[in-house]
Amino acid sequence: MNAATLIAFEFPPINMLLRWQDIVPTVNKVVVISILSSLIGIGIFLAAARKDPKLAPKGARNLAEIIIDFIEKQIIMQTMGPSGLAWTPFLLTIFIFIYLNNMPGVIPFIQMPATARMGVPAFMALMVWVVYNVTGIKHQGPIGYFKSVLFPPGVPKALYILVTPIEIISTFIVRPFSLAVRLFANMLAGHLLLVIFALLSEALFQARDRILIPVGVLPFAVLLFLTGFEILVAFLQAYIFTVLTAVYINMASHAEH
Amino acid sequence: MEALATIARIAAEAGDAVVDPAAAKNTAAAASAGYAYGLAAIGPGIGIGIIFGKAIESMARQPESAGMVRTTMFLGVAFTEALALIGFVAFILLKFA
Repeated sequence: MNAATLIAFEFPPINMLLRWQDIVPTVNKVVVISILSSLIGIGIFLAAARKDPKLAPKGARNLAEIIIDFIEKQIIMQTMGPSGLAWTPFLLTIFIFIYLNNMPGVIPFIQMPATARMGVPAFMALMVWVVYNVTGIKHQGPIGYFKSVLFPPGVPKALYILVTPIEIISTFIVRPFSLAVRLFANMLAGHLLLVIFALLSEALFQARDRILIPVGVLPFAVLLFLTGFEILVAFLQAYIFTVLTAVYINMASHAEH
Repeated sequence: MEALATIARIAAEAGDAVVDPAAAKNTAAAASAGYAYGLAAIGPGIGIGIIFGKAIESMARQPESAGMVRTTMFLGVAFTEALALIGFVAFILLKFA
C-alpha cells in the first residue's frame, strides 16, 4: 500500500459505531493505524523473545521486561494478588494494545488515536465482559456465579427486591458500557482539545491584523503542554482499563463472603 | 457560536417564513450541548477533588501504603470520571448525531 491510497482512506465519522453493511471488514484510516500499532507491539515482543535469555537484557528485551514487571507488580499484585499472575499474558496484551492505539494521538502527522472511535473500545469492553463472565462461571459454577452476583450475601432478605435489579444493571450493563465509554471519551476529548488549539494558533499566526500574530504564541504553548498531557493520558487510560479488567476478573473468580 | 448565529437567523426568519421543525430541533440540541457537558462536569469535578485530597492525606500519613492507595485512588477516579465522560458523550451526540 502506497502513500496515495493511504491518504484516499477516510476517517470514519465520530458518530459511527458500526455499519451493518460492513460484513466484509472495510479499511479506513483508524483501521490502518490500529493494525500498524498492533504490528509494532507484536514486533517488539517477538524481538524480545528471540534474544538469548541468559545474557544481560538490552534493547527490546529490556523494554519488554520493564512492561511485564509493571503489569505484574503494579497491576496484578495490587488488585488480584499472587493467584492472579496467570492472567499476565491477557492483561499485558490489553495494556500494550490500548497504549499503542492511544499513542498515535500525539505522534506528528498521524495525530489520530485509534481508540477515539467507538468501535475499538466497544469491542475490547465486549471481550472483557465475556472473559470475566466466563471466568466467574468456570470458577463458581453457573448457579454459584449468578447467585453471588444477583444475591450478594450479607444483605437482609427484604432488600433483595432493591439490590438484585441494581446488581443486574451494574454488573452486566454498566460495567462494559462505562469501560468502553471511558476510554473512547477520554481519547476523543484529548483529540478535540489538540485540534481546537492547533486551529486557533494557525488562525492567529495567519491573521490579517499584524498585531494578532504574536498572540498566537499563547495557544501554541497550550498546544505543546496539552500534547505532553496527552502522552500521560494515553498511558493512564491503558493503565485504568487494565486495572479495571483485573478487578472485574478478580471479583468474578472469588465468591463474595 | 455557530449554533447561536443559526438560532438568531431562524428567529429572524420566523417572522414571515415557516420554520422547519427538524432544523429548529437540531439547532436547539446543538445549542444545549454545551450546557449538557458543563452540568455533567460539576459533580465529578468535586468528587475527583475529594478522592485525590483524601489519597494524598493518607499517603502522607502512611507512606508505606502509597502503592495500594494509588491503585485504589485511580480506581475511584475512573468510576467518578465515567459520569463526566457520559456527559461528554451526550455533548457529542447532541452536537453531531
